[in-house]
Amino acid sequence: MDRVPILKIGQTLLVPIQVELEDQSVLQLREDLADEIVATGAKGVIIDISAVEIVDSFIGRTLSTIGSMSRLFDADTVLVGMRPAVAITLVELGLSLEGVRTALNAEQGLRLLGAGS
Amino acid sequence: MDEVPIKASNDVVHVRQKVRVAAAGTGMSLVDQTKIVTAASELARNTLVHGGGGMARVEVVSAGSGRAGVRVAFSDHGPGIADPGLALTDGWTTGNGMGLGLSGARRLVDEFDLATEPGEGTSVVVIKWSR
Amino acid sequence: MQLNSDQARIAEFLRDNEDKVVGRWADLTAAGIGHRLSAAELRRELEETYTLVVRSIIGADESAAGELRATLAELSRSRARNGFTPGETALGLFSLKHAVYELVADDKDLVPEFLAFSRTIDDLGLFTFETYAAAREQVIADQGQAMLELTTPVVRLWDGILAVPLVGTLDSARTQVVMEQMLDTLVATGAQHAVIDITGVPTVDTEVAQHLLKTVMAARLMGAECTISGIRPQIAHTIVSLGIEFGDVPTKATLADALAYALKRSGRKVVQA
Repeated sequence: MDRVPILKIGQTLLVPIQVELEDQSVLQLREDLADEIVATGAKGVIIDISAVEIVDSFIGRTLSTIGSMSRLFDADTVLVGMRPAVAITLVELGLSLEGVRTALNAEQGLRLLGAGS
Repeated sequence: MDEVPIKASNDVVHVRQKVRVAAAGTGMSLVDQTKIVTAASELARNTLVHGGGGMARVEVVSAGSGRAGVRVAFSDHGPGIADPGLALTDGWTTGNGMGLGLSGARRLVDEFDLATEPGEGTSVVVIKWSR
Repeated sequence: MQLNSDQARIAEFLRDNEDKVVGRWADLTAAGIGHRLSAAELRRELEETYTLVVRSIIGADESAAGELRATLAELSRSRARNGFTPGETALGLFSLKHAVYELVADDKDLVPEFLAFSRTIDDLGLFTFETYAAAREQVIADQGQAMLELTTPVVRLWDGILAVPLVGTLDSARTQVVMEQMLDTLVATGAQHAVIDITGVPTVDTEVAQHLLKTVMAARLMGAECTISGIRPQIAHTIVSLGIEFGDVPTKATLADALAYALKRSGRKVVQA
């Protein structure tokens, strides 16, 4: 199973998802992220899904819960780089991705994190 | 035709990969490819989680007018769905994590067929055509 | 197509008289083709086809039959692209029958085999017709697609603000193409605002309205905002009576209003110089 890497940039954690997401990887990411947020005291998380071709309901729900969980640790989560085809499919599936905010790219994501409190 | 056994959670990824290859081969648009692969992912997971494991059959099909499409058939010998009508309504969407995601998957494909027998198992066949 | 080893005699005849037959075939065909193909090119094409025809008739050489069909399909497609009529292409093939018949008419041994040969050529002629039709369909489809893309521009209205001015009657297919183009442009430019202007759209049906709505929701999911502008009274009426909920999608009467709104949302102000 491929573990998703978590990088630290200042007060922000950057999570670039480069691989085909298996259920186990996503659940593992949620655990790893919880540990990292607590360990680093990070205030923001950017999850980069620009390389992700498929987001189904399980992955979508898990990304939402990652957002809610981060909130519990006083950190905001922004999902960046969602592909148009993925967005169109999520709309059709009826998924609204509560718990996370979204931005077109990491740069805008960082701005969102900076502006929010 | 490709047969993919669905026994463990990484088999969901295998199903996606097979469906993606088949869809790309038909020349369907990227958005349509994404839709059928995502629908297949939903249904494969259902087969695993609710059906106790089963099988997916992926094949490229063609319509009379020469259009190509992807047909994916899921089958399991699990408990079946007691109230299929209810399962297909939006009240059972995947938003709250309790639904079967069937209604969502149905919106993503062109043809959708569900057959289920409580105690015997479930079969779902979906087709997406290239335009 | 029949592969018949009872055609041994005619096959041998064809092989032994290749030059004479192909020469006559070229004469008969050249008249119809005129100057669209040079004599040398035509001769080459006919020789290639001839060799494959003979090979496949000799019998049971499945790969020759396949190659023959493939060669004829390619020939037919290229003729289609160069503006030949399907009749001209098929006639070219039928001329082979004439060329052969002229030479075997007096030989009563060959006549029965000629009938089978004739049927084979008829089938091939039909095949070129079918391939031609399919090729033309493809050209038309490609042109349709190109037109679709040409008539639906996404413009950069301002830094970070895109506009999609829709004009004319919208159908489901066109709406989807435009909407996908808009979403792709959002990613490519990093624009956070898009205005979909429907001032130039006389009517909107349920399907189109739903596509618009879904696109707005998709843009939002991606991290951008959409405004719909130019909703005329007639369209507003249709939308309400169809029961379509525009919910919290901002709508503005004019493109100008939508631009002002987007500028404000992106934290910018327009001041007198």
